[in-house]
Amino acid sequence: MLRIRCPWCGTRDEVEFNFGGESHITRPGLDADDALWSDYLFNKENPRGVHYEHWLHKYGCGRWFNIARDTLTHEIHAVYAMGDPKPELVEKIAGD
Amino acid sequence: MTDTQKNRLETGGRIDRRKAVTFTFNGRKLQGCRGDTIASALLANGVSTVNRSFKYHRPRGVMSAGVEETNALLSVYDGQGDVPVVRSTMRALIDDHRIKSPGGFPNVNFDLGRMLDFTHRLWTAGFYNKIFKWPGWHWYEGMVRRMAGLGHLPAGEDSNRYFHHNLHCDLLIVGAGPAGLAAALSTVDSGARVVLVEQDHETGGSLLGCGATIDSVDSDLWINQTMAAIEDKPNLTVMTSSTVSGYYDHNMLTITDRSTPGVKRFWKVRAGQVLLTTGAIEQPLVFENNDRPGIMLANAAMEYVNRYAVRPADAMVVATNNDSAYRVAFTLDDHGIEVPAVVDARKTVPDEPADEARRRGIPVMPGSVVLNTHGNRALTGVRIGKLAADGKSVTPEGVDITCQGLAVSGGFNPTCHLFSQARGKLSYDTELACFRSDHGLQKVTVAGAANGKFSLSGALNNGAKAGAEAATRAGYTCTPTAISTTETEGYNLEAMRITPCGDSSRQWVDYMHDVTVADIQLAVRENFVSVEHLKRHTTTGMSADQGKTSNLNALTLLAELTGRPVEEVGTTTFRPQFMPVPMGAIAGQRHGDHYAPARLLPAHKWHVRYGAVFEDYGPWKRPEYYAIDGRDRETAIREEAIAVRREAGLFDASPLGKIELKGPDAGEFLNRIFVNNALTLKTGRIRYGLMLNENGIVMDDGVFARLAEDHYLLSTTSANADHFTDWLERWHQCEWPDLELIISAVTSQWAVVTLAGPASRAILQELESDIDFSAGVLPHMSIATGTFLGAPARVQRVSFTGEMSFEINIPALYAERVMKAMMIAGGSAFHVEPIGAEALMVLRTEKGYLHVGGDTDGTTNPMDVGFAGIVARKQADFVGKRSLLRAEDQREDRRQYVGVEPLNPNEELEPGAHFITGPEQGGRSQGMVTSACFSPTLERSIGMGLLESGFQRKGETVKVYDDGRSFEVRITDPVFYDPAGEKMNA
Amino acid sequence: MHDHKGWPAAWRSPELKKNYDVVIIGAGGHGLATAYYLAKKHAVKNIAVLDKGWLGGGNTGRNTQVTRSNYYWPQSAAFFDHSLKLYEGLGRELNFNVMLSQRGVLTLAHSVHDLEGMRRWANAIRINKVDAEILTPAEVKKLVPMINLDCRFPVHGGFIQRRAGISRHDAVAWGFARAASSLGVDIIQQCEVTGFNIQSGRVTGVNTTRGTVEAEKISFSVAGNTSHIAKMAGFRVPITSMQLQAMVSEPIKPCLHTVLTSSVIHMYVSQSDRGELVFGGGADVYNSYAQRGGIPLLQENVAALLELIPAFSRLRLMRQWAGITDITPDTTPLMGHTPVQNLYFSGGWGTGGYKAIPAGGDTMAYTIANDRPHPLICDFGLDRFESGKLVDEGAASGVAH
Repeated sequence: MLRIRCPWCGTRDEVEFNFGGESHITRPGLDADDALWSDYLFNKENPRGVHYEHWLHKYGCGRWFNIARDTLTHEIHAVYAMGDPKPELVEKIAGD
Repeated sequence: MTDTQKNRLETGGRIDRRKAVTFTFNGRKLQGCRGDTIASALLANGVSTVNRSFKYHRPRGVMSAGVEETNALLSVYDGQGDVPVVRSTMRALIDDHRIKSPGGFPNVNFDLGRMLDFTHRLWTAGFYNKIFKWPGWHWYEGMVRRMAGLGHLPAGEDSNRYFHHNLHCDLLIVGAGPAGLAAALSTVDSGARVVLVEQDHETGGSLLGCGATIDSVDSDLWINQTMAAIEDKPNLTVMTSSTVSGYYDHNMLTITDRSTPGVKRFWKVRAGQVLLTTGAIEQPLVFENNDRPGIMLANAAMEYVNRYAVRPADAMVVATNNDSAYRVAFTLDDHGIEVPAVVDARKTVPDEPADEARRRGIPVMPGSVVLNTHGNRALTGVRIGKLAADGKSVTPEGVDITCQGLAVSGGFNPTCHLFSQARGKLSYDTELACFRSDHGLQKVTVAGAANGKFSLSGALNNGAKAGAEAATRAGYTCTPTAISTTETEGYNLEAMRITPCGDSSRQWVDYMHDVTVADIQLAVRENFVSVEHLKRHTTTGMSADQGKTSNLNALTLLAELTGRPVEEVGTTTFRPQFMPVPMGAIAGQRHGDHYAPARLLPAHKWHVRYGAVFEDYGPWKRPEYYAIDGRDRETAIREEAIAVRREAGLFDASPLGKIELKGPDAGEFLNRIFVNNALTLKTGRIRYGLMLNENGIVMDDGVFARLAEDHYLLSTTSANADHFTDWLERWHQCEWPDLELIISAVTSQWAVVTLAGPASRAILQELESDIDFSAGVLPHMSIATGTFLGAPARVQRVSFTGEMSFEINIPALYAERVMKAMMIAGGSAFHVEPIGAEALMVLRTEKGYLHVGGDTDGTTNPMDVGFAGIVARKQADFVGKRSLLRAEDQREDRRQYVGVEPLNPNEELEPGAHFITGPEQGGRSQGMVTSACFSPTLERSIGMGLLESGFQRKGETVKVYDDGRSFEVRITDPVFYDPAGEKMNA
Repeated sequence: MHDHKGWPAAWRSPELKKNYDVVIIGAGGHGLATAYYLAKKHAVKNIAVLDKGWLGGGNTGRNTQVTRSNYYWPQSAAFFDHSLKLYEGLGRELNFNVMLSQRGVLTLAHSVHDLEGMRRWANAIRINKVDAEILTPAEVKKLVPMINLDCRFPVHGGFIQRRAGISRHDAVAWGFARAASSLGVDIIQQCEVTGFNIQSGRVTGVNTTRGTVEAEKISFSVAGNTSHIAKMAGFRVPITSMQLQAMVSEPIKPCLHTVLTSSVIHMYVSQSDRGELVFGGGADVYNSYAQRGGIPLLQENVAALLELIPAFSRLRLMRQWAGITDITPDTTPLMGHTPVQNLYFSGGWGTGGYKAIPAGGDTMAYTIANDRPHPLICDFGLDRFESGKLVDEGAASGVAH
């Protein structure tokens, strides 16, 4: 069971949250060609390691936010607001 | 009844001789004492063969006194049925226990299955892959299946009660043996919230009855003093009869708590720090016929004597490769049990135990190993041989010793299962010849015997220190408590567990799965040389004990056979559960009504009174139809539908998703969500539209009403309501946070009572309201707010039936009152019929209205359902729009929404039939009938479907296939009823 | 037969050579089957299968062993039925008993509308020339007498594919490995690929922890690592990797004689020949490569199992684990060419790769040997995402999407 720190409500169990997938994806406009559109729509980073992703605190404050989570260890390295840039994580991860 | 306990010692032990417990074993009436486990009671009664082995049906006896038991897994009657695979070494004996051996046909003492043992050479590792190929596996499968399994599914109802609990603590100490108690003692006053969990019904672990001296007192007294010091402290909780069986992510652990009879509690623990003081498991020795009843782990033999006052045998040989078993020999000796020899694989025995043995007159045979054993259903003797100088063979001469018991010690292997579950890495310790915790990835420490500290002083001090350190890491000030003991036992293990000669097909490595040395040799010959391959090929360690006494020996053998050091061979990862957990405990209260709580309509009771038959629509219980005067489903649906067409029907639409959007950008937001234009909608008006996912697929349909310039009310399909709110929030918060609006789901705040039918306006006008229902003021697709029967109300004129229809939104509390009033108002002049969800479906099918999720699937885009014009007209971007520009989405031969009617009016259409070309089997589906009903209005079967190039094929005849039959249908427009919309707009 | 002493090494442990005609990355079922069919049917002699761990050690050895072909879309049904037919002859083909047990897969319906969706599905299956039979609740009860028809979402019926069933996953991997090895395929275990050599858009070899290897053609089938390997080759794939948990009870005598599945009371269960109940449910909802189980799904799966079969409540759960499933947006696999010339792949099998092993190997072998997709996998290419021509099996059953 993941324990996720909601930036507004504090640490809660995974079951209170909805997973929203990869963060920091730019939505192309209507002028995008098929290749760019399908890349946006379907292709995923899907890394073995740190994944920047958004979660909704569904059974809490109802806010979406970002976390940086290791997909191998499930360790959460950072929690940050929607719209914030990807945090620098080099040091923390090296220690794992 | 006379006492049957012929092997009960006169004195000692922690059992209560005054409290006799009677039980039956395979129908035989026996007696034990309070404090016994089932296993100790069986041993006290001199029962040697308690079960038969899995594959060869060999007689087996109790081999341990704890979790590692692989033989004495018995069936125990629980008042309803025989529960299989009960660990008799862990289960306290209670009155009237009915215990059975699951193995053995016709019985455990005489088993015809034993012929498998006499032909054992056929059934080596992987035999099922190599034989049984001809004429086919299905010829043999039934037989093989019937032979497997460790007992039967219990009959009768489960009378246990199961509960879930949650627990938060700073430090969870797992195991209340010497190390765990020392850790608890050290941390109890630190301020940290500490939980100490013990799977036994009492704390103490290996100290119980052991007679050691700690802090100058007897160990049993020390346990009591320690418990007295910690038990009542507010920050410390002790849980007994509770097994930590799972260690998951983020330091979450699960405990199965059996402390209340008839109740199993499943705890979820969120622990700041975890200290594993889980002890170690003694490993057996491998020699020919090492599985006979009477052969048990040395420490188990000692525990039976010390704790349960049981004489495991009159004469018991001790075989070891380390010092610890000497204490076992001396304990046996102290209690008058003859020890004919200590067989020690080591060439030289350290002075201390050797001298003591000499003093007691116990013969020690250094450099010796057990070659073979004698007996059948009970041990009668052992044959001992001397190791040659190279240690890899045995000198020819052997000596036979008569005995009824054999205590074996191959040294200890730390119980690191939980550590491994927590992603901790194990590494092989060449000095101790065992696997130890290396580095953990969670907030976990291992101490005591679990950390390779096998001596009592080592365990106590390591536990105290590790406990204090863990509490400190959790943020508390803590120092280890000093604990002294006079025990000075050495260990001095030599890693010799496997007798290097004899018939390897009779040397057991995994008792439970009947895996022998020969199986492992065969696996290696076949190149199954990785641990995973070995495990799977031989099934070593894959049975209910998960290899607690077999993995280490198997890995050692594998290393030897492949010429690699054990550390290179490695080990497999342990998975939860450490000890199997009753599935009822895991599910807890989640069954029946609690499996998925039903959502009830605000006027649920009203529907019940009207004879509603409820059906599950997603989480909702909704009236499917009303069985008024006992009418059947078909009649009810027809009569309800006709009532709407003739006069009026009352439908409870409360589950309809209701979402309010408010703010200066609410319109712009909706415009980006809907296929339709939201900005041009005038206040007070309603628009129907589609919502797509980003791939251009129709996700939902719904109507949105503009209540004010900056205020919209969105109605969505009931099934999607929850999901859809999240989805809107996501677009707002993640993609367009600059848009100023708030989104609020109000589905359960408002009840929706829909009155539909030609008489609906007249009925509403009878009732108290400040809303003008007249056609001029409130035309189709408009909304009015006001009060209705004293309640704040929003009235939407929308229709899903094709009739004039008013959706009255009132606060949920008013639902029943409003429905009642409408029935009464109608009753004076008109017939108002309550209608269920199925009649509504019939009415909307007649009208050709789309049912998203039924008439569409995950491939349907808006053009497929006739929205091409709307899509083309809208310039602005909306969710999914770009996907619609792909060539694939623009194709004209896509599956398109059409009406269907059978050519032969006697044929009945069913949803799920397919339009086909070619033969029924091997033909090609061109789409399917998505909705169908017998129309009470038209008095024939009609339906809708998705058909390739359907828009161009109206009037065509097409073949449909359905469940073994096929017939012809005509493709039509989907609107069968009132195509001009005169009724609806009235 | 005596003592089975006559059984030699199941496969060789050769040294890695400097070059091969075809290198296959991933010695799971798919990789081994591809190598086998390449050697057997296409006379390619110089083949290596590389694996960073042990053969059959990934999803092939962690799944719940279900084999079925009751698919909705014709292209899916054709492919998976080809696979089931190959399974039916696999024991003889490989001279290794894979213990195929065609005990049927029974899918339950829990409402009138669920039943309508099922009818749509079953009809499609039959048109696809695959067997499917719609059952009444009484017929369901006859097949699974312990079932609680009157559970929270009462059972309205179901449908069964009788030819479907289970087989022994390890035996499938070992059978293919053994047969491939004896045809000269080099299976190199403990050999991790660290990069590709790509020159002007064409792959020429791989770098591994055991050195560099040249190859005419390279293919990868590495469930749970597809994104990772694709990234090495410089392209992105529409895959999300998630944990799918499975769990087993302690073994008991035979009591369940079919594979039971439900998508409303979300779970599937069968009883292995050893007597264990093997069951699971939905995948975890977030990206993961962890191969461990968690608590929420454990509780959900067990609760679902007991809601349908309350008699299992006193049985004990022995073990839980997880495999990493590569989920594609339309739940249809990705097979065939990659943007890199001479580099092929097979992945995105989601929760159902095991049942596809023989057909996956057969069609990939054809594709590699002929440099054009096998007719059965034409619609499974990576290009479908750009064109929008998805094969959406998830959408097909008519359930909410």
